[in-house]
Amino acid sequence: MSVPRFWRRLKNLYNLIGTHCEKCGGYFYPPRNMCPKCRRNGIVNPFKFNGYGEVVTYTIVHTSAKDYSKLTPYILAIIKLDEGPRLTSQVICDHSDIHIGLRVKAAFRKLGEESDKGMIYYGTKFVPI
Amino acid sequence: MNVGIVSYGAYIPRYRIRVDEIAKVWGANANSIIDGLMVFEKSVPDIDEDTITIAVEAARHAINRANIDPEKIGAIYTGSESHPYAVKPSSTVVAEAVGATPNLTVADFEFACKAGTAGIQACMGMVGSGMTELGMAIGSDVSQGAPGDALEYTAAAGGVAYIIGNKNLVANIEATYSYTTDTPDFWRREGMPYPEHGGRFTGEPGYFKHVASAAQGLMDKMNTRPSDYNYAVFHQPNGKFPTRMAKMLGFQNEQIKQGLVVTHLGNTYSGSCMMGLAAILDIAKAGDRIFMTSFGSGAGSDAFSFKVTDRIEEIRNGAPSVEKLLADPVYINYATYARHKGKIKL
Repeated sequence: MSVPRFWRRLKNLYNLIGTHCEKCGGYFYPPRNMCPKCRRNGIVNPFKFNGYGEVVTYTIVHTSAKDYSKLTPYILAIIKLDEGPRLTSQVICDHSDIHIGLRVKAAFRKLGEESDKGMIYYGTKFVPI
Repeated sequence: MNVGIVSYGAYIPRYRIRVDEIAKVWGANANSIIDGLMVFEKSVPDIDEDTITIAVEAARHAINRANIDPEKIGAIYTGSESHPYAVKPSSTVVAEAVGATPNLTVADFEFACKAGTAGIQACMGMVGSGMTELGMAIGSDVSQGAPGDALEYTAAAGGVAYIIGNKNLVANIEATYSYTTDTPDFWRREGMPYPEHGGRFTGEPGYFKHVASAAQGLMDKMNTRPSDYNYAVFHQPNGKFPTRMAKMLGFQNEQIKQGLVVTHLGNTYSGSCMMGLAAILDIAKAGDRIFMTSFGSGAGSDAFSFKVTDRIEEIRNGAPSVEKLLADPVYINYATYARHKGKIKL
């Protein structure tokens, strides 16, 4: 990930800030500028999710890209936030504890780093409640 | 100057390594080390945790505990001796992650183990002078100990955040006093992964001289005695130093017991005595007086006198207590510890 690309998404990664359509009540993460249902009639504003949700499904990654080698094996899951949207994130817990339906909350963690001399990327992962 | 603590929050990683597990690797006598240090185990950060992530979690707990509006925080100072970047502030990440940006000032502090209390004093000045309504001082560290070095048995991970203000206080800061000299008892040079220290030299001319001078200086300034305080907490690089320090100053074991968290946490460096203070606030009652003295190698000490208000009951359960954060640890072996601490290079 390039530095500008990370910087543009920084607020969304740090605090799960997405968007909410006040017309149809839809919630979006990552944020959408236009409501896919209401289209141009939608009223879309930034929305900070409360950070709670549950595991919809998951996998344990044993063969990872080089950037994630220190973390391997790690749990990658689809989380359904309490407000509705689903997102893909790591879940930090013992591998014997992960299961579909596990209640989780957001935690602030390192997402990765470019190298020993490169930028460190921070953001949201999930831990069991 | 009516300034004090508006809220506080702590964070401790879940992993622990026992002292006997480290001693086993280096062929050392575990019982002798445990007796000497009065430390049984220490916290270890997860692979994706560092000083910044710990500072953010502690800061969020502080904000949530008293339902603080983060936009009212006008200053954030993060004290640490393990900032992830040599150049690039930890505090900007913290400020952004707690929603305090952009209208505030931030800076990183470094003074070995007392950078967090230096942050409290800076916030006191900002709030007391009317420059800002609220300030946040954080002590956070993932401290380093070279493999096999004495520091490896205690160098731990954790962080504490204090929000300083002049309204809705849970504890008034009655006074503060500092004592500082140029005493090179511990250091880490630029680019070096592990600190060096003066061995036994860190004791008498370092820790004991500075903590005793700051503590006594504050009591002389306020005309108070150890018996005037319900609780006392001193910087805890191990269990033995603060216990001996308390005795030398005339405090009783009962006064330091609640704040002595080092035995099952290790030395959280910039968060050390601030973590002990948080453990005391977790159970303190209105009217209780607390005495705290930090120590940072290099060397200096900051002493504080607090008086708890009845608002403590209103906010106490708004964030996890230190006792809860210490509970239910996951114990790891030395190989996993080495991986978590980056001692194995990939």
